[in-house]
Parts: sequence; structure tokens; C-alpha cells
Amino acid sequence: MKIGIACPYSWDVPGGVQQHIRDLAEELIYEGHEVSVISPADDDTPLPPYVVGAGRAVPVPYNGSVARLSFGFLSVNRVRRWLKEGGFDVLHVHEPEIPSLSLLACWVASGPIVATVHTSIPRSRVLVVTYPVLRTALEKINGRIAVSEAARTTLVEHIGGDAVVIPNGVATRRYRKADPLPGWPGPGGAIGFLGRLDEPRKGLSVLLKAFEILGPQRPGLRLLVAGPAGDADEVLHKVPAKLRDRVVLLGQVSEEDKVRVLHSVDVFCSPNTGGESFGIVTAEAMAAGVPIVASDIDAFRQVLRGGEAGELFATGDAADLARAAGGLLDNRARRAELSAAALAAVADYDWPVVARDVFSVYETVVLGSTQVKVAAAGSDFP
Amino acid sequence: MITDIVIVVAAALLIGVYVSWRAGRIDRLHARVEMARAALDVTLLRRSSVALELATSGLLDPATSLLLGAAVHGTRGGSTDGGRPRDLAESDLTRALRAAFSQPDFRASLSGKEGADELLAEVEAAAHQVFLARKFYNDMVAVTRDARRRPLARVLHLPGNARAPEFFEMDDSLIADKASASPLAG
Repeated sequence: MKIGIACPYSWDVPGGVQQHIRDLAEELIYEGHEVSVISPADDDTPLPPYVVGAGRAVPVPYNGSVARLSFGFLSVNRVRRWLKEGGFDVLHVHEPEIPSLSLLACWVASGPIVATVHTSIPRSRVLVVTYPVLRTALEKINGRIAVSEAARTTLVEHIGGDAVVIPNGVATRRYRKADPLPGWPGPGGAIGFLGRLDEPRKGLSVLLKAFEILGPQRPGLRLLVAGPAGDADEVLHKVPAKLRDRVVLLGQVSEEDKVRVLHSVDVFCSPNTGGESFGIVTAEAMAAGVPIVASDIDAFRQVLRGGEAGELFATGDAADLARAAGGLLDNRARRAELSAAALAAVADYDWPVVARDVFSVYETVVLGSTQVKVAAAGSDFP
Repeated sequence: MITDIVIVVAAALLIGVYVSWRAGRIDRLHARVEMARAALDVTLLRRSSVALELATSGLLDPATSLLLGAAVHGTRGGSTDGGRPRDLAESDLTRALRAAFSQPDFRASLSGKEGADELLAEVEAAAHQVFLARKFYNDMVAVTRDARRRPLARVLHLPGNARAPEFFEMDDSLIADKASASPLAG
């Protein structure tokens, strides 16, 4: 099948939507489909062969922050050319309500269109104001996908109609094997954490409190923390002075090093206190086969199969986290059991599985339909 | 003796007249600041409404329309999402308009379409009025604040309960890379 995918955000900026599109496109290509992605990108950015650059994204204020987006008649013309040359069987747009390429592709195209909504945003009057302008574009969508229940609610409220929920995929192959960082996990054991250090909902402070309990009991135990921080010293000062040299902050790490971090610890901890709709980091840790202790929030309970594939502790409770993590550190057999269970559970989120679900949506919308064409309504610009 | 009293009374009268004139001036300045502020508000509202008209005119692609619509929505402020301060929201609208207007060949791409030239001219005129009104308002604010700072005004507390007027700072240039220059020159 010939598939055209539209990405709203700059390809050269790291982001969840871009990574989702990259993984999906590569999986579909691996399955033997012809895929072309159109995305905003700086002209000098090296792009994978399946990505067509639509020119530099322009920073503009949108909903109270500055976003880098592609809009305007030049972008419309590029999208139109891409559609004409592509001759796609299906067009898959991501985040069609963001004012960028996806919306434009919807507007210009006719034929089978699938849309995926990633974010959940509160209903605002913005869409009501410009709704007549958007309606033409968004009404052409034949199949809607949401990556989580929260995203589905957003889609239903903003655009109307219903959507199937297909979770984010995890490229499990990428996480399966890696060399530990030199000297890790070490004889005393190690606990790992990945995520923004200064974002309270990621819960690092809960883990640090738990380490205050665990550290004195276990003289060799170390904490490996990776993720961008506002101020590393501030983080270290939350730890008692005598434990401080056993907390190692790596800062922001590359994709490869992230995998190595996961393979460098005996137990991985997801202490989030909320705000996760899926828990991609936890799923990646599962794909690496590292035993997990996670807070008991909806997203983690779901991905860890209610505690079968990882230990759950009372959300925000450092003492309970210390108990759960300590139990795992003492019990090698239990760790091996959880590791195997995590690998089995994360298979549901493996890209081949997720891509197949997405592909069956494509198959549904192309039934009885023709190729994607450039619609007459979109031909307003010379 | 009597001449002394006459001189003292005359001096007190003169001082009284002078102080009251100064107080009256400060009062008039505050009133004029308020009028300038009202004029600025009118030009900002006019700019918002004509930008919204452009957003919903169907002349632009839906992405640009949505950007402008969202920016206009922001200037109404405080409605649903707690609101962004007025000056930031108005600057956002300027930047959204600038992003639309500064596309290469933006004008050429719209020329020949029904009502396009008039609407673009109207947006530019409205933006220029914002620039003028804000300049006049800030001038008045500067004069008023200066008058309030004079020693006599401070010692005798001449402004009374009137609050010191604030400058209104925002990005109001529609021309890219010349944010500080006069908007729409040429």
C-alpha cells in the first residue's frame, strides 16, 4: 500500500509525535509498504529517505506558547505537490487540529484520510471561532485514532464523531540489548530513574526520600538518575550529605545511552505522581527487561497489567516505595520473574503489533474508495 | 504691622493659587491619560476584530486562519483558560499577523481575490492606529509620571488617590526583523 503521512512539527526537534511517526513509518516500510512522510524541516537537516521536507517551520505564538509550525500558501503548495507526486492509497495526518501541515493536507486532499490525535487539550473557544474554516478540512477524515482515552475525549469534543484507541508503540527491539555503563550496577545494587528532574509529577523527590530509607540499610546501593535538570545541585541537596556520593546524575542522555542506563540497574523506578496518559518510559524499561517498581496510577497499572509485570506502590508514598524496591533487591528470583513478565506484557505495545492495528484502520477506510487526490476546494492558490 | 499681615495673606493666597493650579494640572493629566487609554483600547479592539474577519474570510489557508483565530481569542483574555496578560496577548496577535504577512509573496498570492486587498489594507491601517495610539498613550503616561514625581507634588500629596499610570509595552510592528521600527513603513 502507498501511504502518505503528514507530521505537524519540525522533524529536527525531538518530540513524541515525531518519534511516533518515525517508528510507525519504519515499521510499515519494514512490512513492505511504500511510505512518504511530509514534515517541516530546516533545509540543511539530513532527512531519512522516506521524509520530504516542507521547508523551515516558523515560530509563532499558539495557545500561550511559541510553537514551530508550517502554514501559509507556500506550505499548501508543497503539500499539494507531495500529494500529486505520491499517488497515495491513504493519507494519515497526525494532530490535524494544530495549524500546520496535517491540517493543510486534510484541506487539500480528497480520498481516504486517517487522523491520529496524540494530545489531550481542554476544550477552548478557539475552535468555535474558526470552526467554519476548519470544518471543511476536518470533515474529510474517514478514520480517527487516539493514542489514549484522554486524547480520544479531546477528539470527540473538538471534532465530533468517535475514535479507536490504539496506544503508542514501543520499538522493543531497540531496548532489548545493551551494554551496561562501566561499573554498573555494582555489587551493592542499583536503582534507576529516567525523566525530567525538575518536573514534580515525575516524582523524583519520592524516590530520593525512599533512598534516604534504603541507603543507610544497604551500604553499597546506588541511585542512577538520567534526565534533563534545571539545577543538578538543587537535586543533590535534597539527599543527606553522607548519601550524596551514591546518587549519580547523568543529565540528559542520548537514545543509545538511555538504553544502556536501563541495562545498568537492578531495579527501575517510575515514581510519577500523575500526568501520564501512557507511561512511555515505563514501557521502554519493560522492553529492556529490567524489573520495575512503579506508582499505582492508572497508566502504570494498565501497562504493568495490574502489578503482574512490575511492583506497584502507593503513589507518592516513599516508605512504601522503599519497601517494594528493597524487597526486589533482596530477591533475585522475583526479579527474574518480573523481568520475564514485563517482556511478555510489553509485546502488546511492540511496534509490529501497533502498526498492524493502524494498518487495519487504513484497510477499512480504503475499502470502496479511490486514491488520495488533490481536491478542487484546495486549489485556491496559484 | 498691617502691611506685614497684608503681605503674609497675599503670599499665602499666591501659594494657595499656585498649589491648586499644580493639583489641577495633575488631575487634568490623569484625565487625559485615561482618555488616551480608552483610545488605545478602541484601536486594539478594532485590530482584533479586523484580524478575526481576515481569519474567517476564507481567503487564507486553514492553518493561518487558525493561528490568527487563536491569537484573536487570546486578546479577549481571561475567558476560559485563566487568560494571558493583555500586553502579552496583544503582542502574540502582532506576531501571528507578522508571521502571516511576512510570507514571501503573501500579497501576490491573494491579489485578485474578492475583497482581499481591502481587508489587508484594513488590517494594516488598524495595526498602524494601534502603534499611534500606544505612542500617544505612553507619552501621556511619561508626562504624568514626571508631574507626580516633582517634590512639591510628592510633599503635598497632590495626586491624591489617583494611581500612577502604567506604560503599555507591546510588540506592535508588522514588519519582520524591525520590531522596534515604525510599523508598515512603505
